[in-house]
Amino acid sequence: MPRAKSARRQQIERAVLYPLDWLEERSGLIGGVKYFIFRKVPQDIGWPQTLGSATLTAFIVQAVTGAILAMYYKPHPETAYESIRYITNDLTLGWLVRGMHRWGASVFIILMFFHMARVFLYGAYKYPRELNWIIGVLLLALGMFEGFTGYLLPWDQTSYWASVVGININGTAPFLGPFLAQFLQGGAEIGADTISRFYALHMLLLPGALFALIGLHLYLVIRLGVTSPPWSPEAAGRDRAEVAPTTNGRAGLVRPGSRGGLTRTGVRK
Amino acid sequence: MEPPAGQHRPHAPPPSLWPVGFAVGIAVLLTGVILGWVVVAIGALLTAIFGFLWVRDVTGGLRTVPDVEPERREVAPPAAPIRADEGGAGMVASSESEIERFPRSKFLEGATLGLGAAIGGVVTAPVLGFAVLPAFRGGEHEEVDVGAVDDFPEKEWMITTFRLDPDLGDVTARTAYVRNNGMLDGRPSFTIVSNRCVHLGCPVQPNGPAEDKGTQFDNKGRPNQVIRVPTKPAGFGCPCHGGQYDTEGNPTAGPPVRALDRFEFSIRGGRLFIGKPYSVGGVRGEAADAVIRRYDHVLPGVHVEGPSALMYPLEPPR
Repeated sequence: MPRAKSARRQQIERAVLYPLDWLEERSGLIGGVKYFIFRKVPQDIGWPQTLGSATLTAFIVQAVTGAILAMYYKPHPETAYESIRYITNDLTLGWLVRGMHRWGASVFIILMFFHMARVFLYGAYKYPRELNWIIGVLLLALGMFEGFTGYLLPWDQTSYWASVVGININGTAPFLGPFLAQFLQGGAEIGADTISRFYALHMLLLPGALFALIGLHLYLVIRLGVTSPPWSPEAAGRDRAEVAPTTNGRAGLVRPGSRGGLTRTGVRK
Repeated sequence: MEPPAGQHRPHAPPPSLWPVGFAVGIAVLLTGVILGWVVVAIGALLTAIFGFLWVRDVTGGLRTVPDVEPERREVAPPAAPIRADEGGAGMVASSESEIERFPRSKFLEGATLGLGAAIGGVVTAPVLGFAVLPAFRGGEHEEVDVGAVDDFPEKEWMITTFRLDPDLGDVTARTAYVRNNGMLDGRPSFTIVSNRCVHLGCPVQPNGPAEDKGTQFDNKGRPNQVIRVPTKPAGFGCPCHGGQYDTEGNPTAGPPVRALDRFEFSIRGGRLFIGKPYSVGGVRGEAADAVIRRYDHVLPGVHVEGPSALMYPLEPPR
């Protein structure tokens, strides 16, 4: 039997709940967030299913560090390298934030590939989730384009010549390649327009598109739910109780016997 | 949400061999780009035949009209008017026939969507144009003074660095290898080879010794606009992907798809001016006797001769 709450405790609870109720009554946001956080997921998922959230976290890190780097970065051929040098060497903690953005970019791309591999190997792209796979591929392409446009911005020898080569690779595509390359470099030659153009793409257009597509991606994840792994007896329509607890070597190793009987038969529908 | 067990339906089309034939056709076609026109024609034929069969197979289900009993609907008699003190508040639930009688709402709906689309178009068109069109205009530069003709000794190479547009500064710095070939029919002859590799645009280096320090001179009142360094190359090599060229710019090894680009030049008042760049298919002969197959300036990696040049039928305006 729960003890009766003290008057003090009731007071505190009311004080906490009042603003939440206020918000919920006017927006329904609390219910929405609760639905998102406490929604049902299959019982037999694990760490591999967290790769998507990890990728999202990496993207948010990029967005935040990028916005702050933009306060100090000056996208012009005469000033770009100097401002990067200033951020790295002179500004307090500038080396850290630039390092987070620079290495976080690789982390973001790598996590996207791991996430993609998980979805592919688990068959999670199949009906009814095909559209979410397509959106994911678009996100991958946009993420790579972010990497390409961001690489030029330090405006040192490596980034300059890597961008020259990258733009010219685009230019070798048949038929429209030369037009694409000239659009990318903003003129007949790589010059002052190229760096500001790459900056605008990197800083405004691509992140906007990424945010929109990530929103769609998440909406579909919430609407369609998380997939069970291919070996899931539950998803195969088999009764979970039929699996003898001792055959699950992994569970037996960690928690002998505890995963077996009760939980598996207890939640039976 | 997983669909309930037992309600899964296969969404894959029935197995078919036509896509395999289609893929083989495309492979043959692409091989033909290297081997010759007959192979291209065979590949195109295979692709077309199997593509047609494939499409016919896939759309088979769509072309037969299923027998469907025509839908019949009872036309509801108009609802009796509701007295003001009866019934619920708000609009009376309208049946379809009533909507037909009030096309005004339809008109307003269409007008709202149409106006929105028009406003969107009016805003988007100039913005898109602004994003795209400036990249295809105004690529012309004035000719650049790189020094007196006498500063280029005969038969000697000079690594010549100059600014295409002195107003824009270092970002327009370009390098050319300049050789004075002496006189040709009483007129001075120069070989001016761009240092941009025609594979993907890295700077090619002279294969040979270059002096440590060059001579610099100012241009249009700006200091150190042009730098000349004497060199003795046996050819040119690109550090990025290993492309190699002879001293006329012909590719001798590696991935380059044509000869090194060259610059037009003119001589006014005893001074050498570097003009527009142009692309070169190949060079026969040497120095002043060279016969150059000249093309409009294109990007690195773009073929100008042979079947592969057909992949680049249009060049963007500059």
